[in-house]
Amino acid sequence: MRVLLFGTCLVDTFFPEAGEATVRLLRRFGAEPVFPKGQTCCGQPAFNAGYDAAARAAAEHFLWEFDGDDPIVTPSGSCAAMVRHHYPRLFRDDPSLLARAKRAGERIYELTQFLVHVAKAHEAGLRGKGTVTYHASCHLTRTLGVREEPLTLLSSLKGSTFLPMPDAARCCGFGGTFMAKLPEISCALADEKAASIEATGADTVTGCDSGCLMNIADAMRRRGTRIRVAHIAQLLAEGL
Amino acid sequence: MSHEQTSLAFRKNTVRALEDSALRAAMKQATDTFGTKRADAFAPVADLEALRDRASAIRDDVLANLPMYVDRFVASATRAGAVVHRAEDAAAARETIRGILADRGARRIVKGKSMVSEEVDLNSHLEAAGMEVVETDLGEYIIQLEGETPSHIIVPAIHKNRRQVGRLFADRLGVPYSDDPQVLTKIARKALREKFLSADAGISGANFAATDTGSIVLLTNEGNGRMVTSVPPLHVAILSVEKMLPSLADLPAFLRLLPRSATGQTITSYVSVITGPRTPGEATGAKELHIVLLDNGRTEILAGESRDILKCIRCGACMNVCPVYRSVGGHAYGWTYPGPMGMILTTLLTGMRNSHPLVDASTLCGACVEVCPVRVPLVDLILGLRRRKVCEGFAGRGERRGMAVFGRAAASPGLFALAQRLAGAFWPLARSLGGKDVAGRMPAPAKTPLRRRMP
Repeated sequence: MRVLLFGTCLVDTFFPEAGEATVRLLRRFGAEPVFPKGQTCCGQPAFNAGYDAAARAAAEHFLWEFDGDDPIVTPSGSCAAMVRHHYPRLFRDDPSLLARAKRAGERIYELTQFLVHVAKAHEAGLRGKGTVTYHASCHLTRTLGVREEPLTLLSSLKGSTFLPMPDAARCCGFGGTFMAKLPEISCALADEKAASIEATGADTVTGCDSGCLMNIADAMRRRGTRIRVAHIAQLLAEGL
Repeated sequence: MSHEQTSLAFRKNTVRALEDSALRAAMKQATDTFGTKRADAFAPVADLEALRDRASAIRDDVLANLPMYVDRFVASATRAGAVVHRAEDAAAARETIRGILADRGARRIVKGKSMVSEEVDLNSHLEAAGMEVVETDLGEYIIQLEGETPSHIIVPAIHKNRRQVGRLFADRLGVPYSDDPQVLTKIARKALREKFLSADAGISGANFAATDTGSIVLLTNEGNGRMVTSVPPLHVAILSVEKMLPSLADLPAFLRLLPRSATGQTITSYVSVITGPRTPGEATGAKELHIVLLDNGRTEILAGESRDILKCIRCGACMNVCPVYRSVGGHAYGWTYPGPMGMILTTLLTGMRNSHPLVDASTLCGACVEVCPVRVPLVDLILGLRRRKVCEGFAGRGERRGMAVFGRAAASPGLFALAQRLAGAFWPLARSLGGKDVAGRMPAPAKTPLRRRMP
């Protein structure tokens, strides 16, 4: 099955390893990932800051790049939520783009959704190691409604122990431009999240959104904590 | 305490709040407790989602027909013997209430908890007219003694711990220091009891107004609300126009939702339904009841795209779960209403010019939407206000330029790839200027981005 891979601007620019891990996982489960070369960003930074024209420009470009009927897979709950839930609002006054936006919304999968519901990766006996805890990022959990899939995958790993985090779905303080506009609160929230992670005693923390993971990794660095922060794609791909 | 709005200094306010370790500890403990209690209280409510749908639909209906419901309430309440006053704005509300009190020679006023009275800054106005105004809700009493404003709409002194309250009481009331909440409550009760018995008038707010019976409804926990509304001969209630419920028969749905959402109680200790003043043969109640209906910009909000904020029933659940509110408390928002509902209402009621930094006071995490009992689309409303901020020219020039560049780069793969390379080249410099700012907290761009690793 051909799938279109949306790397996201953050993974593309800062965390290409998470993108490569996504490719390995998709191939392992029989999908044929294609990376549309002209892809850029879903438009979320502009949309969330109130710049609809810029967000529409990005979104329209996305719709062209990811045109067709193939499923779209992305290693980000936040970007998948943007396409599925906010694109229709951006194009509510443009019937033809609105129809395409709705179709794209139906075709897009956050990686763990695809791995569980389409690839049945949790039944494949993937290997893991050590102890792992999980941060449930906000848009993945509350906008996209993906709550169980990452847990299903993580608890299926043979050889690793999953340690639940208290208040796993509490915001880490990233918030896109929030981290730039109110950095003091952002850091305080990241610290609170880091303390929750440390309290689990896990040696690795994972999640489905590189923005949050980047923010968490920064808090870990500031606190001098030696807990590994890894995107769920990387963690799962290591067990192939 | 007078209300000098400080919303424009929001970031500065947050920095100060974050440095206050007592405040942060108190906020964390209280909001965690409310979160747990709320979850426990709703656990046995099997039809919660249907209940929220129903309450939401009732509130939608109220907003869709607000002028009609307000007229109906005025007629019903008048029939029941109350005198209803319409106040266009804060000044009109203050002056109306001062007039009612002054006409009857009232000097000593006891007050129940009312955020609308905070919104119109009632106390200082009455005090300036030579009246003594005593807040009788324990939390309100504490902050009145301290000369502060509420930092939470349900729990006004949420930012204080019991040692601070103990010291405050010792200082201001001349009692021996104690940090035992029971002892402190007894001290306040004794002081307030005397005030109740000698009061000329009571002022209260209201949680709801039933348009079919003309009743106002108060949910309280300390008994002070009932004293305020029934012991003095004169009762003045102030409420904002959107508090209407079509019928008293709609109340049970809200009685199931509001206390659980607010404090995690299945029901408040007191639910007072007040229909008109005391009639001959009735044993209790004020002899005279005045109801002041405040608009203060709500009719304008109703006509705009943020109207859904008027569905809010003031439970405070959104602030208890808000990561921003939990971190900095309510005073940082710089006006009457804090947290998610507050940042929206403040912007709408006081104007973008006086409050625009507040629209950024959200990570858009959606925790508020998850708990709102009447399904106010808080995140959508925040996004709407951010669009308005940009349109009305309150966004910084750097941000506007940056977003224009972003829009162009996001629509052009060539430009996007170029920006990626430039970011890599300039990263060391950006980082050295960084600190807590963005560049200092982000890793360097990868040497080879994903797009150049893909076939």
